[in-house]
Amino acid sequence: MKFDQPAGINPIDRGRVIGIPHDRIDGAAKVTGTAPYAYERHDAAPNAAYGWIVGSAIAKGRIAAMDLRAAEGAPGVLGVVTHANAGKLGKGSMNTAPLLGGPQIDHYEQAVALVIADTFENARDAAKLVRIDYVADAGKYDLAAESIRGVMPPDSFGSPADSKVGDFDSGFAAAAVTVDQRYTTPDHSHAMMEPHATTAAWNGDRLTLWTSNQMIDWGVGEVAKTLGIPRANVRLVSPYIGGGFGSKLFVRADAVLAALGAKRVGRPVKVAIARHQIPNNTTHRPATIQRIRIGADKHGLIDAIGHEVWSGDLPGGGPETAAMQTRLLYRGPNRMTAHRLVTLNLPEGNAMRAPGEAVGLLALEVAMDELAEACGVDPVELRIRNDVQYDPEAGPQRPFSSRKLVECLRAGADRFGWAKRNPKPGQVRDGRWLVGMGVAAAFRNNVAMKSGARIGVDGAGRVIVETDMTDIGTGSYTIIGQTAAEMLGVTLDQVTVRLGDSRFPASAGSGGQWGANSSTAGVYAAAMALRAMLAEKAGYPADQAQFDDGLVKLGNQSQTLASLAGREGLWAEDSIDFGDLDKRYAQATFGAHFCEVGVDIDTAEIRIRRMGGAFAAGRILNPKSARSQVIGAMTMGVGAALMEALDVDTRFGFFVNHDMAEYLVPVHADIPPQDVLFIEELDDKSSPMKAKGVGELGICGAGAAVANAIYNATGIRLRDYPLTIDKLLKAQAA
Amino acid sequence: MKSFTYERATSVQAAAKAAASVQGARFIAGGTNLLDLMKLQIETPTHLIDVNHLGLDRIEETPEGGLRIGALVRNTDLAADKRVRRDYAVLSRALVAGASGQLRNKATTGGNLLQRTRCPYFYDTRMPCNKRQPGSGCGAMQGMSRSLAILGVSDACIAQHPSDMAVAMRLLDSAVDTIDANGATRSIPIADFHLLPGDTPQRETLLKPGEMITAVTLPKPIGGAHVYRKVRDRASYAFALVSVAAVFGKDGTARFAFGGIGAKPWRVAAADAAAKQGPKAVAEAALTGARTTHHNDFKKLLVERTLASLYRQQEARA
Repeated sequence: MKFDQPAGINPIDRGRVIGIPHDRIDGAAKVTGTAPYAYERHDAAPNAAYGWIVGSAIAKGRIAAMDLRAAEGAPGVLGVVTHANAGKLGKGSMNTAPLLGGPQIDHYEQAVALVIADTFENARDAAKLVRIDYVADAGKYDLAAESIRGVMPPDSFGSPADSKVGDFDSGFAAAAVTVDQRYTTPDHSHAMMEPHATTAAWNGDRLTLWTSNQMIDWGVGEVAKTLGIPRANVRLVSPYIGGGFGSKLFVRADAVLAALGAKRVGRPVKVAIARHQIPNNTTHRPATIQRIRIGADKHGLIDAIGHEVWSGDLPGGGPETAAMQTRLLYRGPNRMTAHRLVTLNLPEGNAMRAPGEAVGLLALEVAMDELAEACGVDPVELRIRNDVQYDPEAGPQRPFSSRKLVECLRAGADRFGWAKRNPKPGQVRDGRWLVGMGVAAAFRNNVAMKSGARIGVDGAGRVIVETDMTDIGTGSYTIIGQTAAEMLGVTLDQVTVRLGDSRFPASAGSGGQWGANSSTAGVYAAAMALRAMLAEKAGYPADQAQFDDGLVKLGNQSQTLASLAGREGLWAEDSIDFGDLDKRYAQATFGAHFCEVGVDIDTAEIRIRRMGGAFAAGRILNPKSARSQVIGAMTMGVGAALMEALDVDTRFGFFVNHDMAEYLVPVHADIPPQDVLFIEELDDKSSPMKAKGVGELGICGAGAAVANAIYNATGIRLRDYPLTIDKLLKAQAA
Repeated sequence: MKSFTYERATSVQAAAKAAASVQGARFIAGGTNLLDLMKLQIETPTHLIDVNHLGLDRIEETPEGGLRIGALVRNTDLAADKRVRRDYAVLSRALVAGASGQLRNKATTGGNLLQRTRCPYFYDTRMPCNKRQPGSGCGAMQGMSRSLAILGVSDACIAQHPSDMAVAMRLLDSAVDTIDANGATRSIPIADFHLLPGDTPQRETLLKPGEMITAVTLPKPIGGAHVYRKVRDRASYAFALVSVAAVFGKDGTARFAFGGIGAKPWRVAAADAAAKQGPKAVAEAALTGARTTHHNDFKKLLVERTLASLYRQQEARA
């Protein structure tokens, strides 16, 4: 089904199952431990041996010699895979460095060997016996020091690295009020609960990987390319995923090495990347240096806005596109954005939840707070004044498909009690706490991706959906079930949803908050085809048949789905293919974050007291899981604001705090009650679902609201994330 | 984790004897630290002696009016003990400020005293670390040192002692009771129990090979207002940047011990003596000889501010 015109009224609009809060249909399997995860596929691949990855001890250089004798002779060892014995490997197009390194070493902890043994303990123990002589080269590890050597990177997802509209320099120079500040954000680790893990088994030349991966169809291609085998010989199975946040968008070392290991030892092999290896072996969100300049008139109306971003990656890698939202969020005739990419020999950077916006808004929305103060305008009002209903780079001919930022700001401010905020910082005391409030806009682009599904009715009238879409904890099972139920007029418990298998039609997968809208639209397309088949079989005109209560109806006549499906069942397959509506209309999701913090008057300990937000993201398919997505993302925003940072050792070139005792993410005690309001919105240009993404919107701006609240509480403006006690104390003392 | 042999000790004396007779033997109690270190091969014991079933899990009153806490009393049980909560509240508060509920259920009194540093260079076996591999150098001193110690450090090591419980134990002048392979017992004042790194950061306590902690003895209660304040980067489940254990007397006297800043739980007589002069004086006395890096120099100010916060709360209560 081609989606190239705005959606009219369609069966989804009935809203009997869609739009109603539902518990996760996979919830019981998860909490009872019966949902199989990649490392636990004893059912599918019994007798799996255990692989343990040996990671490089240097960041850059080469392996001069490897001595495997001790490892190979250790108890229980079945084999060792290295670059020397793995055969010729290709490199996937989505990983920057080879997933099995050697002799060249591209980053610290890059996999250089897999030791396979009969038990987990024997594999891990023997891995310590692999002797490697390295020759280290000097590398570049310091973003700030290297930033002067930044170059313009190639286009990112079709967007050029730089943009210019009007005359920024003149506009900024002539502005009555200006803000010109530098902000930094550190490297972040995804820190999802389930590590990267794969169980691999060969049957002749056919490979099955039970793996934890967000993007099944991409993964099949990458595995085929890396191993040099046909796509048709690769099967990926990933029905349950214990979190991803972008770290599992791509095939990683666990999958490639499990496949190579299973080939080498002639039996299934499973590999998990150990927690302490994850930050340096896999991807991370790159650190940024950002300069923002905003020029406005004395009422805060923006005349010039500029956002420059520096980030680093391995040779061949890409930038953190942190200026993208600045192209779309606020008005102003004179504009510029620029991304500069620096070569660093740290582990490879890549997408983490809301790449670009998550850290771009940590800077932009603090700059807006600074502008509000400089103009003497309330920060909520400032954002309302600078709202723009079209793409401000393209002009009015490219309107937003829907944009309810102002509604979010107003409704959010109202619910939060923003009117009680004292605009003068450092004035409000509650016992030992200085109290402040902050606001930030939320913005995340809406991307739609082609997505397919197969849907059928079996002889018992049960509806079955199959697609390679993944559920990374987001609730995909449930919204896909809801979509099928709505389309075919059955209840949710009459639907079986099967996900995450490359034998099913290729879907959009889970990434960039495109999954929910795209994959349900794919199910919609397949369901429309099935409705036509059922109607035809019933002898009713397809456009007049009604689907209710397990029946296909025409006027007073009706037939059951079961009888129409027959013993064989009836199946339809289709996909949604998006046209150019995203070119004709800017499509994005919006929101407003509000936060109240307390800062200890003596110790500068920071505690979030309240958080709230209002969000507009098209039709909310399952308000329960959508809320979970938003509060989880807000929590991640608190992490980015207050504690998350991979510490770079610029001598050895690695992330030092590479376990979860030292890389801190928020715990329950850090997070107060969170209030989430969804603003009613149907976006008929986004898909037949009229929905948009919501899984990443909640992190966008959340941390900036925290930062702005800290400023309001203390009068201290910190611009280097995370905003920790030491920085606050030093700023106070200065 | 290297392969090891295991035995369940049948008596305290037998445990100590076994530990002295097997090269590379270690006691295992809760295992909350040792097992993690074994998985990374930072610790590579050849033999584990399980001391969990020796009846060392009781808290008894001493003839002197104090408490004798068995080495195997779990952190959760110790924190919840009525006598501890009434007479040694600082200990109870320090305990619940540490780790998580699950870890405290397993972690023991003796094991907590022996927990090893959280220095990230100690934890990565590819990095230099004089404590893990004597003579290999210190990765932290010129590296990332924000969490590390500023007191009692040496040219060889700036690792911090991570315990909360031990800080309160130090404040309370407790003593560590031990037994050795010959059955000889001794009582080591906690002030002497932990060693400073000097040139031998791998040596962390006075314990001789095979010597086993049987109990920690608290002297009779000293009254006063007991507080434990732990300042860290998140609200729970993180190691201290700075922690202060304090007992404030009604007459303006007070005693202080510090965590997060020392190579061992830190206590200075001069700091106690300065109590009446206020937090700045106490901090100055406590921080005498502090040696900081540009990452952890904030800890000096944070000690003073944490003390100021405690004084403010005491004044509010008075």
